[in-house]
Amino acid sequence: MDSLQQRSSTVQEPPGAVPAYRPTPPPAWQPRTDHAPLLPDAEPLRVLGTDAAADADPALLLRLYAELIRGRRYNTQATALTKQGRLAVYPSTTGQEACEIAAAMALEERDWLFPSYRDTLAAVARGLDPVQALTLLRGDWHTGYDPHEYRIAPLCTPLATQLPHAVGLAHAARLKGDDVVALAMVGDGGTSEGDFHEALNFAAVWKAPVVFFVQNNGFAISVPLAKQTAAPSLAHKAVGYGMPGRLVDGNDAVAVHQVLTEAVARARRGGGPTLVEAVTYRIDAHTNADDATRYRAAGEVETWRAHDPILLIERELTERGLLDEDTRSAAAEAAETMAADLRERMNADPVLDPMDLFSHVYAEQTAQLREQAAQLRAELDAEGEA
Amino acid sequence: MTTATTGPAAKAAGAGKAKPATMAQALQRAMRDAMAEDPTVHVMGEDVGTLGGVFRVTDGLAKEFGEDRCTDTPLAEAGILGAAVGMAMYGLRPVVEMQFDAFAYPAFEQLISHVAKMRNRTRGAMPMPIVIRVPYGGGIGGVEHHSDSSEAYYTATPGLHVVTPATVEDAYGLLRAAIASDDPVVFLEPKRLYWSKSDWSPEAPAPVEPIGKAVVRRRGTGATLITYGPSLPVCLEAAEAAQAEGWDLEVVDLRSLVPFDEETVCASVRRTGRAVVVHESAGFAGPGAEIVARVTERCFHHLEAPVLRVAGFDIPYPPPMLERHHLPGVDRVLDAVARLQWEAQS
Ligand SMILES: Cc1ncc(C[n+]2csc(CCOP(=O)(O)OP(=O)(O)O)c2C)c(N)n1
Repeated sequence: MDSLQQRSSTVQEPPGAVPAYRPTPPPAWQPRTDHAPLLPDAEPLRVLGTDAAADADPALLLRLYAELIRGRRYNTQATALTKQGRLAVYPSTTGQEACEIAAAMALEERDWLFPSYRDTLAAVARGLDPVQALTLLRGDWHTGYDPHEYRIAPLCTPLATQLPHAVGLAHAARLKGDDVVALAMVGDGGTSEGDFHEALNFAAVWKAPVVFFVQNNGFAISVPLAKQTAAPSLAHKAVGYGMPGRLVDGNDAVAVHQVLTEAVARARRGGGPTLVEAVTYRIDAHTNADDATRYRAAGEVETWRAHDPILLIERELTERGLLDEDTRSAAAEAAETMAADLRERMNADPVLDPMDLFSHVYAEQTAQLREQAAQLRAELDAEGEA
Repeated sequence: MTTATTGPAAKAAGAGKAKPATMAQALQRAMRDAMAEDPTVHVMGEDVGTLGGVFRVTDGLAKEFGEDRCTDTPLAEAGILGAAVGMAMYGLRPVVEMQFDAFAYPAFEQLISHVAKMRNRTRGAMPMPIVIRVPYGGGIGGVEHHSDSSEAYYTATPGLHVVTPATVEDAYGLLRAAIASDDPVVFLEPKRLYWSKSDWSPEAPAPVEPIGKAVVRRRGTGATLITYGPSLPVCLEAAEAAQAEGWDLEVVDLRSLVPFDEETVCASVRRTGRAVVVHESAGFAGPGAEIVARVTERCFHHLEAPVLRVAGFDIPYPPPMLERHHLPGVDRVLDAVARLQWEAQS
């Protein structure tokens, strides 16, 4: 109170008598990192159809081609199985195969993949048995494989929740002295979840060997990117966390492979995490339960069909004289064999034991669960289906 | 699956006028009527606008009221509910949709730390008139994380109302009441009843009662089945089946778990002397535990047998191909009724 009165009385004094106000300079501030190298390029990186394509290794091109053909066939087969009622649901990655394939190919065997529910194809491309990859979607169990065997975390349905797991696993591997990298996949919608932001922050602070791979396919279920984020690009989000953001054409298999391979190498040599945004498009509806005509125009889909990942690589191979009939038919045949095998095995009813309901709730069953198991056993016996 | 069609609305509408409506349509109508009457009512969530929600419950609202009143939000449940808190602070009445039961979990921090406690923290100065709509429960063959019965988490949190309709009429009436409530309401929509129909007429909806009243759906003398939401049709079917065995069952539909209508429940149990609580969420520490304790405390001298529970197993919700073994069905309810030492009475 006192000082207030004093101050107001000073105001009454003639201006000349007031000592000049000398602000103390604020403490020096510097950005912790030069943000320029963290910023993504203005345009998504493209290789196919540019001069840079001439440098692409023919062996890599041919391998990507064969994998894309197989991937597309996997998508059409799984979609057909949904129509036949063999799968409860299938979130297709038709049009996004380049992202799925490159994700698998950028990793070494010792690395880990953290897929979202849409990324069955990436898991298959990494070597997972196609039937095991579809267990979740068929409905016989939540995860159809042992994650340690393939180093693929369970396909994750809640959005973005697997991203902090990827950070933790990569961090743990580094603490143990293993040069393991985790690649975590998420959709454009998933980048709005808190878990996405927390994962990026942890990864950057810990310099964890993680690569965050966003497949921006234009939509969450019905919500377009413009209603999801106001950022210039999703790759820009990296800067705020202190990691580089890379932008790539998600339908250009060579470009995606290049960017992801670089990001994985960077993580492996201790350079820390990278956020990669692949710009792609979801050709099919969100799932078979979705009606895409409610929120997008057919013309939009056609524009993207003209920028199909298989078309792009075929054009390149043809121009360089690398795509003869033998190569084509070999790729098609391999894809057909995979599809036929998948069809056949998926058409067999899975043999399920309802008693499994109680097998893996705890390491050791509680007394209550044993009691409930006995109840179900009795019911099954009575039904005569034991 | 169908539900009882004998609500007051069906009668009021008259046999000629009423057209079959689904629960999803009745819910949509409730939001529409509330939005038309009160400009502070705002609907928001993932895909609720252009798409009309993945279950089409918000169909047409964005078109009719504009995107500011029915908003497609970014994909972030904590953000959706957190923003709703701020909107409520400024006088709006947000109705938020959580796309599926298990996807509401990211919003729990906001729900438990703020939505449920704000009135209490501010000594009544800052009520939270928010409705959190959650499609819940199993039986639709959904994959992982699409079938949780999460009511126990909500009912264990003081400050929240927890409501769940089982009929088309109630879907309308309860949602209107929830939106009118000055307290936060977790509004659990049994997704396997979304397509259930009744001759409910939107032109003559039942009068909207305040939430918190249970209703006797079927009169009986032998025992009371106490249930709610997705298990109501199961109990009504069980009661029909029991009739053949000479068991006359009464069925009470709670409609609201918080507040809990002790009066209706206890009056019924006192009449029948026996009771089974039926719900599909896990039994251990589930809603049935509380109900049994209460009924036992209040009706001990009227009971001819211990109050039993028929619930989902104490396991994470199983994959769709096994869910029929988990969900309590008619047989399990009848088994429990048999265990009420029926012979001793008759
Ligand atoms: C936490 C959470 N909220 C909501 C959902 C429901 N849901 C499933 S997929 C989806 C859209 C996802 O969009 P995006 O992240 O862009 O991936 P995309 O499906 O396009 O691959 C939504 C909202 C969910 N799975 N998890």
